[in-house]
Amino acid sequence: MGSVAISDVTRLFTRDDGAQVQAIGGVSLSIADDEFVSFVGPSGCGKTTLLRIIAGLDQASSGEVLVDGNRITGPNPKVGMVFQEYSLFPWRTILDNVAFGPEMRGMSRKGRYDLARRYISLVGLDQFEKSYPFELSGGMRQRVAIARALANDPDLLLMDEPFGALDAQTRNKMQSELLDIWDRSKKTILFVTHSVDEAVYLSDRIVVMSSRPGQIRKVIEVTIPRPRDRTAAEFGTLRRDVLGLIDEQSLQAND
Amino acid sequence: MDTNTTSGKRSPLWLAISLAAAIIVWQIIADFVVRNKFILPSCSDTFAALIQLYAGGVLWEDIWVSLMHYAIGLILALAVGVPLGICIGWFDRINQLLDPLIEIIRPIPPLAWIPFAIVWFGLTDFSAGFVIFIGSVFPILINTYEGFRSVPRVFVEAGRMLGCTSSISLIRYIALPAALPHLAAGFRIASGVAWMCLVAAEMFGVSRFGLGQKIWWYYNLHQMDSVLVYMLLLGFIGLFIDYLFRYSMDRTLLRWRVGEVN
Repeated sequence: MGSVAISDVTRLFTRDDGAQVQAIGGVSLSIADDEFVSFVGPSGCGKTTLLRIIAGLDQASSGEVLVDGNRITGPNPKVGMVFQEYSLFPWRTILDNVAFGPEMRGMSRKGRYDLARRYISLVGLDQFEKSYPFELSGGMRQRVAIARALANDPDLLLMDEPFGALDAQTRNKMQSELLDIWDRSKKTILFVTHSVDEAVYLSDRIVVMSSRPGQIRKVIEVTIPRPRDRTAAEFGTLRRDVLGLIDEQSLQAND
Repeated sequence: MDTNTTSGKRSPLWLAISLAAAIIVWQIIADFVVRNKFILPSCSDTFAALIQLYAGGVLWEDIWVSLMHYAIGLILALAVGVPLGICIGWFDRINQLLDPLIEIIRPIPPLAWIPFAIVWFGLTDFSAGFVIFIGSVFPILINTYEGFRSVPRVFVEAGRMLGCTSSISLIRYIALPAALPHLAAGFRIASGVAWMCLVAAEMFGVSRFGLGQKIWWYYNLHQMDSVLVYMLLLGFIGLFIDYLFRYSMDRTLLRWRVGEVN
């Protein structure tokens, strides 16, 4: 479960002066069940907008997105999202944050707490279930955010630069933990990132986007077996290729 | 507008020193400079008046009646201000519809409503409560509105992604708790305004008791020491209510705010 079919999606924004800007111009892509796909590209290439359309938080101007054959028209419990900024509810404890989705589904207090505890321990934060978000570090908060999304058992998990605000070491650690979780829970993950290194480390496929309008420049298969070694030669080659594609784009965008 | 000023604890020693100094200066000025009990009663005069009033037994009645006026006004203000603030803060249409009306009525000083309060409700406790309501409803309304306007978008979107999709549940589970610090700040301001309106509201003779009513009463009797007793009572009770509210909010509903940056 969790296949995605994006067909000819465009997104127009109307600026304050009335001019129309095309953020996404005709993107089509098929993503298989349990696939891990990253989106990279220069700033303003519409990768976040595309993710928000798949989430149902934004509407495409034309085209459509199907998740497991169902057209996305709004937020859907089968689709989870981890945001770039800290999105934990500061007034809820960690336990109540993770139990939020099940609570909205009407699950009993005991049921949702048991479930939440399972996911909290999956991300290794058992001792913190009674803490409030402000008591946690940035990396821990994002782990809770992942646990909270997973507690709703989505088939498709969307991640919008979830590790962007973390320091390099925490970030590397979170990446391997994410792969661990993905391996155990088997979901489709769509991952937006600025970091090519991150994309190469994580993904089955990397979608390189170009900007204004946002379009798919190239889709690259990553065949390096996991766990991947960041210092291996083939890792470096692939990184250089992807960076080259993005740089071409940025140069053109600046012309 | 911060609601949890947990700034450095004040040492009780300094509190005692500052109070003692103020009392001594007051006593000296009254006894040796002003030397007129009508213009400035001394501390000992005021204390004597307090003992006398306490022995007379009406003090508690006054406090009780004033608290009742205060409660009528403030409960009404909460009952109207919070739901209305939620509606104009959450639904744009309702905001566009009601905002002009609110902005026209808001600048009218609460005391200007006294004649209509009397005409509509007579010389009753409810009439005093109405004036207090007018004074305190706007801070509650405006702060609720502001609170709902400034709910971070990511909380709403995170909520929607987790299955909290209807307006009612978004308000209940996301916006209301996120806006609670604003609501608490609004309530504190409203409570202060209510306490101010209380004196004026009781001066036009809605009842035979009340802290504000007694200030006026003893002024007419030229017993300025008793006037001062009631002034100080108003101050201390106001302080106490505010402290109680802040203390209980910081310990319960706003506990999560402790580590947040204002």
